[in-house]
Amino acid sequence: MSERVAVRKTYKLFIGGKFPRSESGRSYLVQDANVSLASRKDARDAVVAARAAVKGWAGATAYNRGQILYRVAEMLEGRREQFVALGVPGDEVDAAVDRWVWYAGWSDKLPQVYGGANPVAGPYFNLSAPEPTGVVAVVAPESPALLGLVSVIAPAIVTGNTVVVATSPTQPLAAVTLAEVLATSDLPGGVVNLLTGRISETVPALAAHMDVNAIDLTGVADAELAIELEVKAAQNLKRVLRPAPADHDWSADPGITRMTTLLETKTVWHPKGV
Amino acid sequence: MTATATSARSELSELGRSETALRTFLHGLPGVDQVGAEQRAAQLGTRSIKTTAKAQAIDLAIRMVDLTTLEGADTPGKVRALAAKALRPDPADPSCPHVGAVCVYPAMVPHVAEVLRGSGVHLASVATAFPSGQAPLEVKLADTRAAVAAGADEIDMVINRGAFLAGRYSEVYDEIVAVKEACGSADGGRQGRPAAHLKVILETGELATYDNVRRASWLAMLAGGDFIKTSTGKVPVAATLPVTLVMLEAVRDFRAATGRQVGVKPAGGIKTTKDAIKYLVMVNETVGADWLDPDWFRFGASSLLNDLLMQRTKLTTGTYSGPDYFTLD
Repeated sequence: MSERVAVRKTYKLFIGGKFPRSESGRSYLVQDANVSLASRKDARDAVVAARAAVKGWAGATAYNRGQILYRVAEMLEGRREQFVALGVPGDEVDAAVDRWVWYAGWSDKLPQVYGGANPVAGPYFNLSAPEPTGVVAVVAPESPALLGLVSVIAPAIVTGNTVVVATSPTQPLAAVTLAEVLATSDLPGGVVNLLTGRISETVPALAAHMDVNAIDLTGVADAELAIELEVKAAQNLKRVLRPAPADHDWSADPGITRMTTLLETKTVWHPKGV
Repeated sequence: MTATATSARSELSELGRSETALRTFLHGLPGVDQVGAEQRAAQLGTRSIKTTAKAQAIDLAIRMVDLTTLEGADTPGKVRALAAKALRPDPADPSCPHVGAVCVYPAMVPHVAEVLRGSGVHLASVATAFPSGQAPLEVKLADTRAAVAAGADEIDMVINRGAFLAGRYSEVYDEIVAVKEACGSADGGRQGRPAAHLKVILETGELATYDNVRRASWLAMLAGGDFIKTSTGKVPVAATLPVTLVMLEAVRDFRAATGRQVGVKPAGGIKTTKDAIKYLVMVNETVGADWLDPDWFRFGASSLLNDLLMQRTKLTTGTYSGPDYFTLD
């Protein structure tokens, strides 16, 4: 009997809930695997997919979004060994699972903490409520590959945004594997889109894209590139999260700034009944 | 071999006289190779059009758009806004060409005519009991005359699919001839203007086979249609590349046989710049550059225009644009 040949995985992009190859047909060798090298057009397609997903995801109840994020944590827990086999430390996988759970809990609590009734000098109810800003472009931190990625995706999507993420160029396998987790977690297609490849290629297109509402520059290590991206982002007044310092501690309590930066505030004046 | 090689010009003009002659001719047209047509259309769709060629194609496609709104909810204000958009599709860029025409229901024609007067943008109106075409002939003709009198210079009529599918070809033929006459009707409404152009909608989604599409195309051209148009946009299957290919072959063969050039208008379901460029490639490869002109090829569309404008903005500014920056329609 001939010996069985193992099936090798092709690592592809994650756009609109599907796993397409790069439109350019290119790939690059990293972590002993061929990984798709995303082009500007892939970035454009990802934005289209993310935009299409905004209505359903932002329209879902906060409770429902929380449940789905919790489901992601469950699925990630079940694939723990797979991530460990990719070289992600077990502690980091556990921390990533915990982070999904932590953010899942915020889904219906953030509006209470961050919105509410405002005192006004007049016969009105005045209420402020946070709303998602829309499509967010995210540059994931170079490292830690999994915890860093989860720590930037979860706060953006828990409030109802959809994201296009440029993953760590040197450690993309955890990201592509996380995409498989997301694809099996009841997360609607297009809410999270992952682009593997060079940051200098895809992110400038995202920063200048007029249909992107915010950009998270956390993973941009090059200070000059960060400035260039902020200038591009200013064109349509994107909300911007500045790059994280090199010594940022990803295991520390993340706080709520990542969530609140990617929100708009809607304030309603309502006359009091007589 | 083309069907036309066998038919002399004089014979073609006699065909409408008898049901038998018409049926014999239409059924004598060579059958369409379905697999071949679909494969050819798919193959032409793979051409890559970039940079300056793309910029040229986008501008041409914008000039070919029949900006359409055919909703029960159309209001004078809405169609006026659409007409204003037809004149200046991209208010931010004066170099952007105007579209080919605005296409509305007859009741909306006067409101659009005010805006378009003297602009070079044509005013098309659907008529003849659009979209089903299931009304008595007198009603259809009155519909047409009213649209023409109100200022439409292009009429989009629907053929009587019921009669066509039942095999009553001369009934369909006579109707087209009558509507064609109504387009140029001297009832005072035209006031010396040339007769309105007649676009004949085949509603290919209801014709079931490519053979029927070819027959309907020939029938419409023989009866005097100035354009043949795929669809109303009101049935699930609208314009497709293979159907348009069959129609383009028909107009090519018709010109070879009679010397008269007929235009083609795919309508419905063409939403992206990429789709539009595929059609342009097919036109160029099937009938040649003679048809690459808004007088001979049009797109019946509404959402297509915004995508063309977004792609145009991308080419001129280098950044991807978004739907927030263009009108909703």
